[in-house]
Amino acid sequence: MPSDAVPTKAVPTNAVPSDAVPTNAVPTDAPRPTGAAAPRRASGAALLRSELWVLFRRRRTWALLLALAAIPILIAVAIRLSSSPSPGRGPAFLDQVSQNGLFVGVTALIVAIPLFLPLTIGVVAGDTIAGEASHGTLRYLLIAPSGRVRLLVVKYIGAAAFCVAAALTVVVAGTAVGALLFPIGPVTLLSGTTIGIGEALARFLAIAGYVTISLLGLSAIGLFFSTITDVPVGAMTATISLAVAGQIVGALPQLEWLHPWIFSHYWLGFVDLLRDPISWASFGDNAVLQAGYLVVFGALAYGRFLTKDILS
Amino acid sequence: MTSAGDDDLAIETSGLTKRFGRQTAVNAIDLAVPRGSVFGFLGPNGSGKTTSIRMMLGLVAPSSGEVRVLGREVPRHLPEVLPRVGALVEGPGFYPFLSGSANLRRLDSADRGAPSATRRTRVDAALDRVGLSHAAGKKVGAYSLGMKQRLGIANALLVPRELLVLDEPTNGLDPQGTREVRHLIRVLADGGTTVFVSSHLLAEIEQMCTHAAVMSVGGLVAQGTLDELRRVGEARIRLLTPDGAGAMRVLARLGLESRAAPEPDTDYLVTASLSPSSGADAVAGAPPAGQSDGAGGLPAPETIVAALVADGVRVRGFSVQRASLEERFVALTGEGFDIAQ
Ligand SMILES: Nc1ncnc2c1ncn2[C@@H]1O[C@H](COP(=O)(O)OP(=O)(O)OP(=O)(O)O)[C@@H](O)[C@H]1O
Ligand SMILES: [Mg+2]
Repeated sequence: MPSDAVPTKAVPTNAVPSDAVPTNAVPTDAPRPTGAAAPRRASGAALLRSELWVLFRRRRTWALLLALAAIPILIAVAIRLSSSPSPGRGPAFLDQVSQNGLFVGVTALIVAIPLFLPLTIGVVAGDTIAGEASHGTLRYLLIAPSGRVRLLVVKYIGAAAFCVAAALTVVVAGTAVGALLFPIGPVTLLSGTTIGIGEALARFLAIAGYVTISLLGLSAIGLFFSTITDVPVGAMTATISLAVAGQIVGALPQLEWLHPWIFSHYWLGFVDLLRDPISWASFGDNAVLQAGYLVVFGALAYGRFLTKDILS
Repeated sequence: MTSAGDDDLAIETSGLTKRFGRQTAVNAIDLAVPRGSVFGFLGPNGSGKTTSIRMMLGLVAPSSGEVRVLGREVPRHLPEVLPRVGALVEGPGFYPFLSGSANLRRLDSADRGAPSATRRTRVDAALDRVGLSHAAGKKVGAYSLGMKQRLGIANALLVPRELLVLDEPTNGLDPQGTREVRHLIRVLADGGTTVFVSSHLLAEIEQMCTHAAVMSVGGLVAQGTLDELRRVGEARIRLLTPDGAGAMRVLARLGLESRAAPEPDTDYLVTASLSPSSGADAVAGAPPAGQSDGAGGLPAPETIVAALVADGVRVRGFSVQRASLEERFVALTGEGFDIAQ
């Protein structure tokens, strides 16, 4: 064979001695650059950037965020239009809004966290893998190759980024519309002390962080459901149903022993950040609980996705 | 050359099997795709082509058996193998809400070996190669079937590849597009890329491939170069003569079983099989190594004519005909229209 004369091992690129092909082969002699020969970047930064870009370029993502922004706007407009506030009824802080517009964001979070926020998270987290499968892009990402673990991690980070955006949207839209429609001023905390506007805004940001963390466990659940099916709506519905079921269980006193283990147990605990001094206990407990859900459902998603036959 | 880990093979499978529940979609196939070949993977609908391709690309785990791609075992060495392989699997898959070029950039960013700096130029070049430059900014949701198919091929060409695996690449393309894809495959092959292309269209395989393998009901029924595949088909002699009975006598003496049919103009058409009793499947599964014509002690055509003439048979026409590849294909995969499983 002619290739025997060529010291192919000395060639730095992994050029193929393709003239060794037995029959009917098309002869070639030019060593061609290959993907494997190119220097490999260690991180998957490009894929993550692309994931976030695709996520936040989708009209659906913007529709979800707009729906979330509509909650504080609706609340603020409704209070503005009604002349007589009914103290003591409705969500906490509702009766304070007309005196201090800064409370709109917090009030909206209390309204949104049982259903609207989990709904949007369910849509995004349930869509992560199943959505790619339904578009037929999952197989192309994997043979690109993205690597299954890397894709799963990038997908989860994408869902987490949406959690940040969702929580911030409610808080920022609420604070903005409150400032627009109502007088604003120093905020009286639950413990009676008063803080300035600047510190109040900082605490609202901390609350957005708390809410984001609250949703990370549910995102992991959604990611896992998304690896089970090729139908995104199925994974979304399962995630949202579980969020609702979790809160129903959380409301049943008969199942009290179970409550500390439910992912939604500390969801409303963010009001602890409006005490003086700030009570960080629920923040920490919540973070540990959510991390536990992330570990368990992350591992389940990993186990499922790594061995899954991609037939979509 | 050993069969295990043969470096001259771009794809090699041994006993590759995939079962879906009770159904065996791919049944112990031993493929050998030489480097540099344009290898046609032929088979009717549902014969297991796509499933085999999915196993080669690590999308589906084999139930048993092994796959080696570019000399490395799959799926163990997928991270090293896949950057060198471009593929189109069971039609294109894209985000309908992104433009064609945005889709390609997205998929390219998933390949860690593909440099970001050249992404845009590489995407543009790939789009240009499949004739989609003018539709690059259009949302894929607004693409026609053939445009999506072209975009799928462009995706396989984003970086130079050693191996292209194309599952029915001309599906949905217009005749012009089909020709362009055939041309593209030839250009890529001339550049040294091995092209593994599945199809259920024999004519297409015949026009662009150097090698082919035929699948039927999950099994590999033949493979080799196109010439080898043609050769194993049955050869027949056709003799035109007024002396039908005499011709049959001579042929019988030479060990050939013949039939005579009366033709207009008082001639007879005498036909006889030149192949040893239909041993066509002798090469099935294994790459046949240059089988000689007229094996099995059967007489060469010139000997037959000489014997006929010596016996006073008036030979008015004589020809040796081989089964066309299409007849071969039908013989291998069955005539029926119904899906076999
Ligand atoms: N996800 C699946 N579950 C069960 N059976 C499957 C699955 N995918 C494929 N099969 C079966 O495996 C067999 C081979 O399918 P495959 O898609 O590989 O055929 P193919 O040769 O690519 O056909 P076509 O020419 O129609 O593309 C078929 O009988 C099919 O029913
Ligand atoms: Mg197929």
